[in-house]
Amino acid sequence: MAELFQFELVSPERQLMSDQVAEVVVPGTEGEFGVLKNHSPFMSTIKPGILKVRGDDGAWVEYFVRGGFADVAPGGALTVLAEQAIPVGEISKDHLDRAISNAQEDVEDAKDDESKQKAEMALSQLRDVAEALKAA
Amino acid sequence: MPSLKDLRNRIASVKATQKITKAMQMVAAAKLRRAQEAAEAARPYAERMEAVLANLAVAFEGRDDAPKLMAGTGSDQVHLLVVATAERGLCGGFNANIAKLARERARALIRDGKTVKIICVGKKGFDAIKREFGKHVIKTIEMRNVKHIAFSNAEEVGREVLSMYENGEFDVCTLFYSQFKSVIAQEPTAQQLIPAHFEAEEAEAEGGAGGAVYEYEPDEGEILADLLPRNISVQIFRALLENAASEQGARMSAMDNATRNAGEMIDKLTIDYNRQRQAQITTELIEIISGAEAL
Repeated sequence: MAELFQFELVSPERQLMSDQVAEVVVPGTEGEFGVLKNHSPFMSTIKPGILKVRGDDGAWVEYFVRGGFADVAPGGALTVLAEQAIPVGEISKDHLDRAISNAQEDVEDAKDDESKQKAEMALSQLRDVAEALKAA
Repeated sequence: MPSLKDLRNRIASVKATQKITKAMQMVAAAKLRRAQEAAEAARPYAERMEAVLANLAVAFEGRDDAPKLMAGTGSDQVHLLVVATAERGLCGGFNANIAKLARERARALIRDGKTVKIICVGKKGFDAIKREFGKHVIKTIEMRNVKHIAFSNAEEVGREVLSMYENGEFDVCTLFYSQFKSVIAQEPTAQQLIPAHFEAEEAEAEGGAGGAVYEYEPDEGEILADLLPRNISVQIFRALLENAASEQGARMSAMDNATRNAGEMIDKLTIDYNRQRQAQITTELIEIISGAEAL
């Protein structure tokens, strides 16, 4: 059996999860990364995507997260603060469509190259998520 | 002296009022519980955010490349006051207290020759401020249609503040709201949002474990630059939730008082009414008796 560590997933509106888990895969800005027990202290911002949690029973639970960061404390406990976090089961297509159309507006509204690039990246990430969900 | 009929009418009217205040009190009590739960649910996020930022901020303390949101613009000439109040009245001194604190601050700033700009979140705050500082109010954000405060509501305000800051429209931003202490105690509070200020103690408490080497991805500066704007929205969100809980608490105790006062008033009016009725009966009796004696 895998060794467990403390994991917390918090959004501004509620605490979604606070439990002992075996493994978490976080969509970091510079690439996905997995966290197991005794991970070294680490901090990363996250990009919109799917966060996967493997519990004690070995089953994967998936959450859609957007905006925020992940923090592995020196003790090995992982905290993910996401501006938005929704269990994949609760996610609706409307919701994602709305997020995508918002992102599209951002791209159109972008004033300079840098912000435009950022907005385009967010949009493509959201599309990835939509694809991933469709495939699942 | 009011007539019997007048008294009867007044008793009826006070009774009707009492029913309304009683109902409002009960509604406020139910809403308070929900608002309190929401405020508590939001607390872990805000606290973690603050702890992490404090941790990161220590590294950038006093450095030239510190993000502008933390270091400030180097001046404190233009102040932006964000005044968060309720949309509705009938909640005791709740709105008035926040507005009073904001007005005092605005007055002091103007006396010192600073420029003051005000954003009102919530209609009641605007009502209370507009007489004295109407021309300073640059925007009013109404939350009338918002039943449950969601993070997106706070983000909206946050975006507004940030875009103003990026355009150099102000130097210092202060948020006014009411902190929820208990049902009977709400404390109007002023919190400085920009430049962001972190408690050194917190950083140290957190920093105790921070001796370990952290790995950052992307680097610290970028994380900090990413988190600071988010923190603004988070702080506003927290303030709005505290406000919502305070509002319901204030309304509950105000309506409780009103109901009690109405009860006292009914008792007093009823005594007046009975006394007067008795007096009338006595007069009538005297008239009958003296009429009988005269025969």
